[in-house]
Amino acid sequence: MDSTVVTGSEENVWGGGNQPLGASYGKLMMWFFLVSDALTFSGLLAAYGFSRFKFIETWPIADEVFTHVPFVHGNFPMIYVALMTLILIISSVTMVLAVDAGHRMKKNAVIWYMFLTIIGGAIFVGSQAWEWGTFIKGDFGAVETKGGRILQFVNTDTGERAAIADFAKTIPSERINHERKNGVWFYNGEALPSYSVNEVIEGFKAHSNITIRTESIVQEGEKEGEKTILSRAEALKKLGSATQVVEGANLIHNEYGSRLFADFFFFITGFHGFHVTSGVVINLIIFFNVVLGTYEKRGHYEMVEKVGLYWHFVDLVWVFVFTFFYLV
Amino acid sequence: MAHEHKLEIFRGLWKFKSNTQKIWGVLAFLCVITAIEVVLGIIKPEFLLKNDNAFLGLKLLNWIFIILTLVKAYYIAWDFMHLRDEKTSLRRAIVWTPIFLVAYLVLILLLEADYIYEVFRDGFVTWNF
Repeated sequence: MDSTVVTGSEENVWGGGNQPLGASYGKLMMWFFLVSDALTFSGLLAAYGFSRFKFIETWPIADEVFTHVPFVHGNFPMIYVALMTLILIISSVTMVLAVDAGHRMKKNAVIWYMFLTIIGGAIFVGSQAWEWGTFIKGDFGAVETKGGRILQFVNTDTGERAAIADFAKTIPSERINHERKNGVWFYNGEALPSYSVNEVIEGFKAHSNITIRTESIVQEGEKEGEKTILSRAEALKKLGSATQVVEGANLIHNEYGSRLFADFFFFITGFHGFHVTSGVVINLIIFFNVVLGTYEKRGHYEMVEKVGLYWHFVDLVWVFVFTFFYLV
Repeated sequence: MAHEHKLEIFRGLWKFKSNTQKIWGVLAFLCVITAIEVVLGIIKPEFLLKNDNAFLGLKLLNWIFIILTLVKAYYIAWDFMHLRDEKTSLRRAIVWTPIFLVAYLVLILLLEADYIYEVFRDGFVTWNF
């Protein structure tokens, strides 16, 4: 069948064994996966952009939402997320150092750098969990109107946000949190917020230095870019349409503003956190393989390079999430 | 496995003696960019935030953030993910495929979202009741 004789290996174009892209099968497949995963994340971020442009005048301002740093009281927008970004970038560096040490067949260096990478990843996931906890708990509280809009409270003396707990009146009533022990047929019920709408309204009337901040962002003039602050009279009228008190955030209600904001926060950072978690697990597996000497026997550390690609990708995605969720 | 490392960044302006040194150099550069982003995000210069100065419907500050992000992404992909050392054909296949698809998706979604925003604003739709 083969009438032509192939002389040199360079001319053996169709005979197999070629690597036109100069990369091994495993690495190419990792790149295939990363490209498709990049498209998934782009889809999520583009959807976020869609919702944000749709509600461009009412979208929450990220700086006013993410202001907490663990163990420290006060208002520090951005600081903690910037720290998380730094931690992830540094763990990316230790990963690339592990890959580099692998090329030079230095087993102990690979072990140490992989170990540091795993620690960095674990710190990052922990930070994200803390961030979720803070976001879900909330700090000021707000009321939601019949139309699903959020009304927040500000102190006119200081210009700062006022927490519902600071001014709401306690009205004795028989409203109780329904629990399992209260009834024979009880399965579950919605937990009541700490204050009722009436208590907030009464407290509002009693404190003349409290007023309402709506979701709308001022579009021009001196206060451009800030949320609209209503006068007392307008605020009282608005409060008339309040239907419930919202504390913190879940997928349906959140005290920060647009409901979609919390939904996208949970979905995008959650999906990213899931990637970091699986990255840590995969890194652990490879770490133990390195310790056991699997790649030393195999003669090359390409496996470290492949998980490295995944780990850098997680870092790369975070750079974008950081920009579009916290900065822009 | 890419055995050879290209040890120059910034188009040869900054050369390194070893791959390890290059990694630390890139880390320093990424940290500087992140620091610029954070500082800009905290002080928020007023003229960059004005709607009047917006370019293509996006405030100048946001343009700066997005461009700095793309710069960071470039160095992560090129130096940490070793795209700099891969063959040109592989690099282009990896980079341009998502860029093309994402640019298309973003363009369509943002234009549509802006249209819906205008309907909400100008149309006779009550949504804030």
